[in-house]
Amino acid sequence: MNTVLLVLAGGACGAVARYSIGLAAGPHQSRPFHWGTFLANMAACLVLGFLTEAGGDDALGAPGQALLATGFCGALSTWSTFSHEVLATAGGRRTAAAAGYLLVTVAVGLALSFAGSAVAAALW
Amino acid sequence: MGRFGDFHLQSHPDQANGRTWPVVAAVAVGGAAGAALRLGVSAAWPNGSDARLVWRTGEAAFPWTTLLINTVGCFLMGVLTVALKERFTRAPALLNPLLGTGVLGGFTTFSSYTDDVRRLFENGQPGAAAGCLVSTVAGALTGVALGAALARAVLTGPRGTGDGAGSVAP
Repeated sequence: MNTVLLVLAGGACGAVARYSIGLAAGPHQSRPFHWGTFLANMAACLVLGFLTEAGGDDALGAPGQALLATGFCGALSTWSTFSHEVLATAGGRRTAAAAGYLLVTVAVGLALSFAGSAVAAALW
Repeated sequence: MGRFGDFHLQSHPDQANGRTWPVVAAVAVGGAAGAALRLGVSAAWPNGSDARLVWRTGEAAFPWTTLLINTVGCFLMGVLTVALKERFTRAPALLNPLLGTGVLGGFTTFSSYTDDVRRLFENGQPGAAAGCLVSTVAGALTGVALGAALARAVLTGPRGTGDGAGSVAP
């Protein structure tokens, strides 16, 4: 199947999933820790880490990569909203809270990427 | 049009209106476009980006493409936020979920970032991994701040409109 179509489909699903997670997390304009963005990013890190190592070398194939990795995980996760939230928090003179949100997201995201790939490595 | 008209009353349509179909559709269309745009950039400039997930042998290329995508996406996010919240406050409220949550959210990627860093580490390139780790954070934050400042200077002009509440730069 066409790679572009798969990326379009995965991207649409990923973005809607991120948006839905944000809604489920509730309104967060005033809170420094944005749970919606955080959970969407963390889920994407875990899943992508798993997918990269799942099934051995290149088991996902080009179509799976386009749909799930580039499309879904790519759109489920975001830097633009995340960095905007960090700066908006810092601009509200809550620098420590902003730094905390930034560091926790990066650290846990990286840890989940390792965890996802470790699970996949253990299974295959 | 009644349903669409209501969105004009909300400053944060994607938060305030709940899961209404026009917003979900805007996010879906935007997310698809953003992801495809990212694929396009990766295809045009393929070095270590998520367009080529498999680089298991030898020295991995520094993921410049993903860094560029995330930095540019953040810059545009800064521009968009100021444009919609401080200048074009009467613009269709669906623009925010379409362009912000959808296009820019779908264009930028956090998961490829952490995945790139992890694989650089696992590939025995801790320097490149740390460089990617730090430079992406710097690029993203600088991007949003720069985009917001530039948009504020160009769009709001010397009148200095807007109280800056909830905006990006201090």
